[in-house]
Amino acid sequence: MAQLTNTYRATGLRAAPSLRQRIDLPRRVVFGAAASMIFIVVLLLAFITWQGLQLFIKDGVSIGQILSPTWQPDSTSPNLSFGLLPFIAGTVYVTALALLISTPVSVGLALFLSEVAPGWARAIVQPALEIFVGIPSVVWGWLGITILVPFLSHTFHGGMVLSLPIAGDVFRVPGFLTGFSWLAGSLVLSIMIVPTITSVSYDAFRAVPQELRTGSLALGTTRWQTIRHLLIPSALTGVLTAIVLGMTRAAGEALAVQMVIGNSPSMPAAITQPVTTLTSQITLDMGNTVFGEPWQDALWTMSLVLLVISISSVVLVRVINKRRMGA
Amino acid sequence: MLYGMRRFSALAIAATVVLSACSSSATPSPAATPASTTGNCVTGSITAAGSTALQPLVQAAATNYGKACPGATVTVNGGGSGTGLSQVAQGAIQIGDSDVTAQSKLATPLPADSLVDHIVARQGWIVVTNKDVTGVTNLTTQQNVDIWTGKDTNWNQVGGPDLPIVLIFRPASSGTRSTFKKLVLNNAVEATGGQTLTEDSNGAVTTAVTTTDGAVSVIGFAYYNDPANKPLLNGLQLDGVDATVANMASSTYKLAADGHMYTNGQPSGLTAAFLAYMLGPDVQGTLIPSLFYAPVVH
Amino acid sequence: MTATPSQTIGRPNGPKPSLKGKSSRGIILADRAATVVLWGTGVLVLTILGAIIVHFALAAWGVVTLNFVVSDPSETALGGVMPILWNSIYMLALTMLIAVPVGILGGIYMSEYAGENRLTNAIRFAEEAISSVPSIVVGLFGLILFVDDLHLGFTALGGALALTFFNLPLMTRLSEQALRAVPQDERSASLALGATKWQTIRHVVVPLAIPGLITGVILTAGRVFGEAAVLLFTSGIGTPPHYDFTNLDLTNPASPWSPFRPATTLSVYIWKLNSEGLGVFKNQIVDGSAAILISMVLIFNLGARFIGRVLSRRLTAA
Repeated sequence: MAQLTNTYRATGLRAAPSLRQRIDLPRRVVFGAAASMIFIVVLLLAFITWQGLQLFIKDGVSIGQILSPTWQPDSTSPNLSFGLLPFIAGTVYVTALALLISTPVSVGLALFLSEVAPGWARAIVQPALEIFVGIPSVVWGWLGITILVPFLSHTFHGGMVLSLPIAGDVFRVPGFLTGFSWLAGSLVLSIMIVPTITSVSYDAFRAVPQELRTGSLALGTTRWQTIRHLLIPSALTGVLTAIVLGMTRAAGEALAVQMVIGNSPSMPAAITQPVTTLTSQITLDMGNTVFGEPWQDALWTMSLVLLVISISSVVLVRVINKRRMGA
Repeated sequence: MLYGMRRFSALAIAATVVLSACSSSATPSPAATPASTTGNCVTGSITAAGSTALQPLVQAAATNYGKACPGATVTVNGGGSGTGLSQVAQGAIQIGDSDVTAQSKLATPLPADSLVDHIVARQGWIVVTNKDVTGVTNLTTQQNVDIWTGKDTNWNQVGGPDLPIVLIFRPASSGTRSTFKKLVLNNAVEATGGQTLTEDSNGAVTTAVTTTDGAVSVIGFAYYNDPANKPLLNGLQLDGVDATVANMASSTYKLAADGHMYTNGQPSGLTAAFLAYMLGPDVQGTLIPSLFYAPVVH
Repeated sequence: MTATPSQTIGRPNGPKPSLKGKSSRGIILADRAATVVLWGTGVLVLTILGAIIVHFALAAWGVVTLNFVVSDPSETALGGVMPILWNSIYMLALTMLIAVPVGILGGIYMSEYAGENRLTNAIRFAEEAISSVPSIVVGLFGLILFVDDLHLGFTALGGALALTFFNLPLMTRLSEQALRAVPQDERSASLALGATKWQTIRHVVVPLAIPGLITGVILTAGRVFGEAAVLLFTSGIGTPPHYDFTNLDLTNPASPWSPFRPATTLSVYIWKLNSEGLGVFKNQIVDGSAAILISMVLIFNLGARFIGRVLSRRLTAA
């Protein structure tokens, strides 16, 4: 691709540049349009960083404190504490379980589309995935709250000892007391990120040269052997990229998760119990707190953490892909 | 200094997107045409935002006012009490609706001093449970404290069935939660963790209570008395007092608080006219009881 | 369906040399099992999507009528969602008004001008970064910038600008892809005829890329239509009043045409009803709104495919 652009540029330069070409207004305009994204990112980073650091600068909270598990942001509280650990842990746990559920299905689906599906099946499944992407997150949340949550609470209610009781936990109960839970959040998310992981993995599988497949099959291996020993290793970086992108989407999703996870601001204990995440806590508290109070500053710190997660994942994807190029 | 930078970049954006000053600021025109029941009609457009507990009342009043006074538009937005207070203090909106006083929320850099409080109604809350909590019709203040602090964990401890209690809180930042904590729990520290839920709104709480066995929560009168919700919930007495508008108005039912509408400085124009309408007979006498609020106590 | 896998690639029959020393029978069984599982994933996704569509079709039956689409909301009756649907369309138009030109121009730069240098790299990084930022963070950014600092309050304009920020990378990337798909020969031919670079882009490259560009516009539109988290904090959440469409004064917040007014969209309205909805019809209204949203998404996607196909056929035939 780069090669093509360069050749083209060279052709373009062959004519002697006239004054008009040197000023090249169109080039400036289109450059401005593209560069506006840099402007947006810088602005966004500046605002969220500045706002997110207020908790430390203005309110004098130490970095150590935000890593504590105690969330007591009410200024009237006797032991004021801005521990963000429950929210960070919740985000990590809910996202991790969602990936655990979604990755095998999504990678399987990508393999199906790229290796197994006949043309007609692909012509149905691919548009279906695009529609999946388009279903708004509030609709997923609504389905979660009207179907999934009641299903979980009634089907597994008290019957199965699923929870991992923690000593001193007042509300230690086996099974689902309520369907609003870590599992409900992860299930909703796992469906929402299927299209992301599938489409990126699909591209990775398609990028494996056809000759490799033919060669492998000519050696008499089965299709599954080819997939396992050839395709998956060759496309591994692409699949990893897909998982990282799915993770980013899951960690940043707000409304659908908030509707089903129960939002209990304590450390996650069991998949049958309510947990909270960074995004859901922001949704809960932002409207009730006022601008400039330490409580709201802590919410901005949470959004800064989210921003750091998403920017790091972009960097991570780049590192993964650079290694692929190098390999 | 960085603050200044932020302001500057904000201005830069304003310049780039060519925003003129024609935003939603109140443009009161003194052309006051006398209207029958609405007091003075003033044309213009204002926004009231904030408390979701007050929203049904303000929304209905705004709709009625708009019908009675063509040329006047009062836009009502939710967002939460904090949003209402922040934005009215910053001048982004004309009226900030709040369940709690500005003094309890606002500090530097947004001082509460310039805000003027207009108490427009009394609003009440009721403790509700899932329908399967049979035999419990009343909770005393002490029983509430025991339940909400996690001392009692089963309904049979308060005369109900053998069923674990699932607490459904409102967010700690919400007016409902802080009012309940102050008036009923006497500021006792609530239980956390494990099997407690937090839902951010009356609607979400109602859904959670109806789908969760043994659940208990607190919702506003307007939502409890809604025909869609009432059949799904058990409404409880508090210390033997029925949660009714009459008991709230006579102050025998204690889980109630004032609904505030704040303006930045003394109101004028349409803002003043609308607030006058809120305190007038149409709203206080007719609308307020129909929506299960109580009139202002003088 | 699952018999003789890989038949299409013409695998020779007979015993296969084993890669890992397993019995050939086991290998064939594993292959068949894998084929079944992989087909299963496809069936699973279609089943879920089908179930969702059927669920909302049933739920919306009797709710989504013409009356529902053209009436104002009501708390005592089913009412309708006309002003909210209007807001969704209005926000979409306002957002696309900004995002489409900027996105296509940016795509032109990335496809036709950008060299392999640091600046291009920075633009690509920015593109990826914005795409990965959670929508709620973009919403908060909009809250602080438009609602608070610029004192706009909750307005359609603030919401549309925040949505533009959020969707510009997608629009730019899809435009770039569409433009890059135009064969290099077309450019060379035009340049050889003495056309300038910009003439080539305007009269050769962009027209040829139109099907892809339209697909990009429609896919971006679908995403704008369903977004809620960004708008909760920027364009507001409330039940809109009755809209007077004869009021064309754009500076008057009472006019439905004005960008200086709060604008609750369908997605936000679903959130609002779930949070604070009143009345016995609440759930039906949510189901009806969700059904409208999903139908729009279906129309956007199928429309993008259809228009893309028709246009590319027409353009290649010409």
